[in-house]
Amino acid sequence: MYGRTEMKLVKLGAAALITIVIVAGIAIPTSPEPTSWFQFPVIPGLEEKARNIFFHVPTAWTTVVAFLVSLYYGARYLRTRQADDDIRSVSAASLGFMFCFLATITGSIWAKFNWGSFWNWDPRETSIFILLLIYGAYFALRSSLEVEEMRAKLSAVYSIVAGLTVPFFIFVMPRIMSGLHPGAKGDASGSTPVAQLHMPPNMLTVFLLSLFGFTLLFVWMLNVRVRLARIEYQQSTHHA
Amino acid sequence: MNTIKISARNIAKTFNRRQIFSDISFSVAAPGSIAITGKNGAGKSTLAKIIAGVLSSTSGELNYEIEGKKLDDEARKAHIGFVSPYLNLYDEFSAMENLFLLMRIRSNGNTPKVQIDELLKQFNLWQRKDDSVRGYSTGMKQRLKYVFALAHAPSVLILDEPTTNLDEDGIKVVEQVVAEQKRSSILIVATNDSAEAGWCEQNIRL
Amino acid sequence: MLFFPDFANMTLMSFSTSTYALIEKDIRSEVRTRYALNALVMFVVTAVATILFALRSDNPSVELLSGMYWVVIFFTAMSGLSRIFVSEEERGTVLVLQLIASPSVVYFGKLLFNSVLTLLLTAAVTILYLLVFPGFVIKSYDILFVTVLLGSLGFAASATIIAAIIAKAGARGTLYPVLSFPILIPLLMTVMNATTRALGGEPFVNAIGEFQVLVGYLLVMVGGSYLLFDYVWKD
Repeated sequence: MYGRTEMKLVKLGAAALITIVIVAGIAIPTSPEPTSWFQFPVIPGLEEKARNIFFHVPTAWTTVVAFLVSLYYGARYLRTRQADDDIRSVSAASLGFMFCFLATITGSIWAKFNWGSFWNWDPRETSIFILLLIYGAYFALRSSLEVEEMRAKLSAVYSIVAGLTVPFFIFVMPRIMSGLHPGAKGDASGSTPVAQLHMPPNMLTVFLLSLFGFTLLFVWMLNVRVRLARIEYQQSTHHA
Repeated sequence: MNTIKISARNIAKTFNRRQIFSDISFSVAAPGSIAITGKNGAGKSTLAKIIAGVLSSTSGELNYEIEGKKLDDEARKAHIGFVSPYLNLYDEFSAMENLFLLMRIRSNGNTPKVQIDELLKQFNLWQRKDDSVRGYSTGMKQRLKYVFALAHAPSVLILDEPTTNLDEDGIKVVEQVVAEQKRSSILIVATNDSAEAGWCEQNIRL
Repeated sequence: MLFFPDFANMTLMSFSTSTYALIEKDIRSEVRTRYALNALVMFVVTAVATILFALRSDNPSVELLSGMYWVVIFFTAMSGLSRIFVSEEERGTVLVLQLIASPSVVYFGKLLFNSVLTLLLTAAVTILYLLVFPGFVIKSYDILFVTVLLGSLGFAASATIIAAIIAKAGARGTLYPVLSFPILIPLLMTVMNATTRALGGEPFVNAIGEFQVLVGYLLVMVGGSYLLFDYVWKD
């Protein structure tokens, strides 16, 4: 997929960024009147729990990225009918499934600490759950199709159909439903689909680094997965 | 209608990673005929389906032309009649209902009823035309497939295993139809039987 | 791939004739065999009876009634709407349709048939609910009418493309709701909200937001399905 130098950079970047984010995210202390760059302000109501934003939001971000990548390669398969495009599509989807699972769990844990219960059917919680169901359905469909060409073709079509509904639950539902996440109907602070970036610059930096680091991590994992899948594919062709 | 031409270049089909055939090329113009022969499992039915437009090839080109003008996938349907063991008509309807409803979907609304009646008589189904297909014998079902394939007077007649389930009389009628088709338009026959293959001028051996 | 591959060769007239003829074929088949209708009627009756029994003498709230109303519609739809494609696959008649009809004709024919079926089924569920649940009182008829209309069409749109997909796969029964549910959630939540408004007697203008979502959903699903149907239908 990418040359060896590019992948080396990706791996280095991912490792470095995630380490930085883990250290900074957890170790930088909060203080009511931050004086140096190495202090996070105390956010009323959240305090230490705000650190979750460095880990939860990037996993949610990554699962959406993975879904889009899977969709792209699926659509490409429909055009080219090359098995390799299908390999990339399903590899991205499995990673996406994993990240979605992580996002749901980290979200649920935060919900418990912040709002008292593990699940509230708030629009964004619901959205990530729907994405989990879509991934599940995608794999259920694939496992029911034995013929390779049909499996690749139909799962690509399904992921596109599912992708059509994604804008609905990202943009539309939060307007209609009131919810707990920032940006929902009942929240006076803002109505953008993603949380308002009202973070102080040092937190924003760590956050963006985390976003970028997770994305690099995804690219790395995808690369490994695709290479493995290609080898498995070759092996099974030789035995067929 | 009688200047129809089919040409194929390097048609290949892979199914579930097994290559069924490759590099199939041929050309046939009206009047003309081609037989597709080969062992069981060689892909005769598959190739027949590809030519009939109900299956896509993995690679290669298949062109239909009338008077030099290319026909796309949809335009071809009006010119193709297909008889195949894989074809099944609606068994909750009678022969007459099947033909009536299906011709309307084809939107060749111009098929005169007289023509359908003639075909039913020719294939000896007139007696049972209003009985539900569920009660038909396999021979009758095969003959009904012929009526369905011929009702819109297609320029291209594709027959996969033409005489399965047919008795002597049935085979005679098919031979008449085949002779007529060869004379004026295109006939394509996929078969194991060397006599049937002998009906055609060209032969594609898979 | 052209956006409208078929219209190059077909006039609107012949497209409509073919589509109408296909729907007629499906209706006649249904009248003759009554498979789908039987299954759906029995399912609706059983589902409503079960819910009635479960709720017994409790006075369900308006939200609960509106939710359960759509739950019944969802599961009934799941038990019957896949038939239009699955029956063709099971009986091996797909080849006939591929020979005579363009994919657009097949798609729109099946979509319209499913739409009619869904409208009938929601009408049936509405009547049953009015009879059986005293709390189910429609105070804003206009909201309910538009909600049911748009909701049923949206349902049919999603259900049809998914039916086309699963018809090609084995294990069809359980796969259908699994694939359909995530896609239908935005629709379900919106119609449940709107139905609650209808039962609560709110003015029509309150539900405009929901109607916009429903119309958007319908257009997106029909448009997207139409473009993708070719890939599913052609082998």
